[in-house]
Amino acid sequence: MDFNYLTTIIFLPVVGAILIAFLPGLTFRKIKSLAATFTFFPLALSLYVFAIFDRSGGAIQFEEKFSWIPAINAHYHLGVDGLSLPLVILMTLLGFLVVLISWKVDLRPREYFAWLLLLETSILGVFCSLDLLLFFLFWEIEVIPMYFLISIWGTGRREYSAIKYVVYTLFGSAMMLAGILSLYFATGSLSMVEIAQGGLAMIQSVMPVVAIFFLLLTGFAVKLPVFPLHTWLPDAHTDAPTAVSVVLAGALLKMGGYGMIRLCVSIFPTVAQQYALILVILAGVNVLYGAAVTLRQTDLKRLIGYSSISHMGYVLLGIFALGQVSLVGATLQMFSHGFITGLLFAMAGLVMHNAGERDLRQLGGLARQMPIIAVIFSVAGLAALGLPTTSGFAAEFLVFVGSYSSTIVSGIQVYTILGVLGIVITAGYILWMLQRVFYGPVLKQFDKAKDADILERVYIFTFIAVIMLVGIYPAILTDVIKTGIMPIVGLLGG
Amino acid sequence: MLNLELLTPELTLAVFAIVVILLDLVIQRKGWLVVVSIAGGVVAAGFTIAMWGGSSQALFNNMLAVDNFALFFKLLFLAIAVLVILASVDYVSKFSRFQGEYYALVLLSALGMMLMAATAELISIYMALELTSISLYVLVGFLKDPKSTEASLKYLLLGAVASAVLLFGMALVFGFTGKTQLGEIAQVIQALSLSGVLASPGLILGMVLMVAGFGFKIAAIPFHMWVPDVYEGAPTPITAYLSVASKAAGFAIILRVFYSAFGLPSWLSLDWGLIFAVLAAIGMTLGNIVAIPQTNIKRMLGYSSIAQAGYLMVGLATVGLSPVVDILGRSGLLFFLASYALTNLGAFTAIIAISGKLDSDLIQDYSGMGRRAPLLALALTLCLISLIGMPPAAGFMAKFYIFSGAVQHGLLWLVVIAVINSVISAYYYLRVVKVMWLGEPDSEEKVPSSGALRLALSLSCLGVLLLGIIPGYVMKLAEFGARMFVF
Repeated sequence: MDFNYLTTIIFLPVVGAILIAFLPGLTFRKIKSLAATFTFFPLALSLYVFAIFDRSGGAIQFEEKFSWIPAINAHYHLGVDGLSLPLVILMTLLGFLVVLISWKVDLRPREYFAWLLLLETSILGVFCSLDLLLFFLFWEIEVIPMYFLISIWGTGRREYSAIKYVVYTLFGSAMMLAGILSLYFATGSLSMVEIAQGGLAMIQSVMPVVAIFFLLLTGFAVKLPVFPLHTWLPDAHTDAPTAVSVVLAGALLKMGGYGMIRLCVSIFPTVAQQYALILVILAGVNVLYGAAVTLRQTDLKRLIGYSSISHMGYVLLGIFALGQVSLVGATLQMFSHGFITGLLFAMAGLVMHNAGERDLRQLGGLARQMPIIAVIFSVAGLAALGLPTTSGFAAEFLVFVGSYSSTIVSGIQVYTILGVLGIVITAGYILWMLQRVFYGPVLKQFDKAKDADILERVYIFTFIAVIMLVGIYPAILTDVIKTGIMPIVGLLGG
Repeated sequence: MLNLELLTPELTLAVFAIVVILLDLVIQRKGWLVVVSIAGGVVAAGFTIAMWGGSSQALFNNMLAVDNFALFFKLLFLAIAVLVILASVDYVSKFSRFQGEYYALVLLSALGMMLMAATAELISIYMALELTSISLYVLVGFLKDPKSTEASLKYLLLGAVASAVLLFGMALVFGFTGKTQLGEIAQVIQALSLSGVLASPGLILGMVLMVAGFGFKIAAIPFHMWVPDVYEGAPTPITAYLSVASKAAGFAIILRVFYSAFGLPSWLSLDWGLIFAVLAAIGMTLGNIVAIPQTNIKRMLGYSSIAQAGYLMVGLATVGLSPVVDILGRSGLLFFLASYALTNLGAFTAIIAISGKLDSDLIQDYSGMGRRAPLLALALTLCLISLIGMPPAAGFMAKFYIFSGAVQHGLLWLVVIAVINSVISAYYYLRVVKVMWLGEPDSEEKVPSSGALRLALSLSCLGVLLLGIIPGYVMKLAEFGARMFVF
């Protein structure tokens, strides 16, 4: 393979960011078209990679490996497998869409789009890195753009939310760094592939494996987020600008789930089995607590933010049920949630922008002024509660079936049923939200509120198309995901 | 045989320093002083590079060692001195008198530090240390305003106490071993049995007192009291110089002394390793927490440098806990020092430019700098990110490297404390970033900067990025430099 697809996909956005930041004399229009161009090509390339991805084998494909820092045996090592490829697509697609979503951001546009593109590069890097140091490097880079994006272009208590986000994330990555260093010390290698293949046999030290497992897990748990490390999320979501909320919910949270599968489960299958029960219980708490708190939110964005906590609970449940079906379900749920919640945030942004209000107690009757937004928002809401023919249904169904039939964790059926109960609450808050925003008496103060314009229709229909496509024909993704999950299931011995 | 040619870099620097002073008397255009001083640094560096890779040798009856370790540090000090001189141009051109002395003193203190890295004998260690210190005392008080004078006096008094403590420690070590040359001290100690060493607590006391004396130089807790005041009062380029070069020299000498003289037997090195581990843990925690409420950026960086000394001492602890043949602790320390030097110099250079315009070191006055001077603000942001230890800057690789050594030698607890400290430090470093990019500018006036300053800033920022993204080559150098001459 001569062409370095992954390097190109990962670094095109950052090239765009540099051009946008330093080219003299750019007009607002040119900045936006540059940003769109430099996110469109990664999208096109990643779709091409998806198309020619070999679905028959479980191996890592499109590998690129160069020696990077010989002194510590670190490599510039990229590759995708069935687990990471859907997430790469998720990010490149969202990356392009958020540029469209940001089309009206005119405050310091140079910096805004430069940070947005840098963010895309770092997230793509996380999904493609197969070297622990490289992985960690991309993982950390993401913090800086997020900090600026929330604190400059956000709303409300944006500076507080931004620094809270940074401190939580850095705390998580500090734990992860300690874990990575221990793992490196224990195995003498930074390659995820080598370590996963060598298994625990490579660990030759007295270092307790359980400690490494939990150090790494803490880092990912902050990101996912897992109760009780979730409190940064509602604040960050509420105060972030729309496009950043979309990336945050859509792709950033998935870094946590991806890390758990890629490192915690693949490298420490036995430890994962041993402690799965605790994590499954936490997943149940995530689902129910998240959903219950969502019920009583009055701020539109905060409500969607909290619903993410609940939905990420399903991912956690699927991962630590440790069965083939449940792991596929968890990965699909990550993909599907990325689009559904991304769309919800985009719609919430539109409502906010067009009606100038996001307090549910003030909103009402908007279906009259903005019929298209009302319909699409409702579809997104129904997808969030898992209506058949949407991707939400396919993903959650797989998670539930997979965990219910999992033989690894005893008594998991109880927690699965609790999780299913979460859907009932989800239906409650979604329907209630839709009712309060779009139905009820028509309010005069919103008479001038506009509906979605052409550009906005383009991106919201793209979201819907993806959600429906995956909902109706999930095999398009599950075939790929399975090739990534099978080797891991093999490690788990079932 | 005198082997004077092994001292070429030092002699060159001394000659250039004297030339600068004399030249100052006869020429009117003071710009030439800068050129000559930089030429001195570059020529000396050239000689040092030419000596690189040769076999290790000793001079003057094993008083001076010319080994990779010394050469690595000599290069580092010369690079720092050149960058500091470049960064000083704006600042010094405002002085009506003594410009020549300023540059000459910078060169002379660099000379002292180069000797510090090479000395392997207690008395010459002391002499090199004093040559460095006395030049720095003068430089700190160069502004002659009340704050600068106070800083200089404080530095002088505390420095004198530290020197006295160090001398006392050296005297005790000499008293119990009868030797001043490090290799010979090591032989005497290794010949002693465990009970023999325990029966002579004076030797242990001497060691501890030497830790205290050197601890002053590297701003280790609890010998750090001078740092914030001196950093605040000194001319900003000198603050930068103190924060990197003086610290690096301190670490060089500690490594040399403790590694060559007290490196064996292993229970002894375990002891001082643990002392440094505890000092590291306290130092970084205290430095970081006290830095949070600071309002003056120079004071804040002062406390930050105390915290950074803590991270560096993680490397010293690793050296103490690891077997003598293991170079990971030392090379980690060397790499960290190099990356820290570039980072802090970059940060201070940006501060020199910004403060020169604002005439203020208060963080709140940096408000809106992102719009008034986007490139300066960007450079300062990069350096602050590097100080936090986040990619893609040098600080990240340095921390990764030094901590990976520590984890390998059972210091996971210390590494956990250190990484949590990095999180705490993010809070106050990012506060500056926040003020610069989020605040409203007080005026729309641009911030001017001279070519020399821009050159210094771009060199350091380039270095920070280079060490952060492709550190392989410098890590090799550090590994090479970690090989010390053993007598």
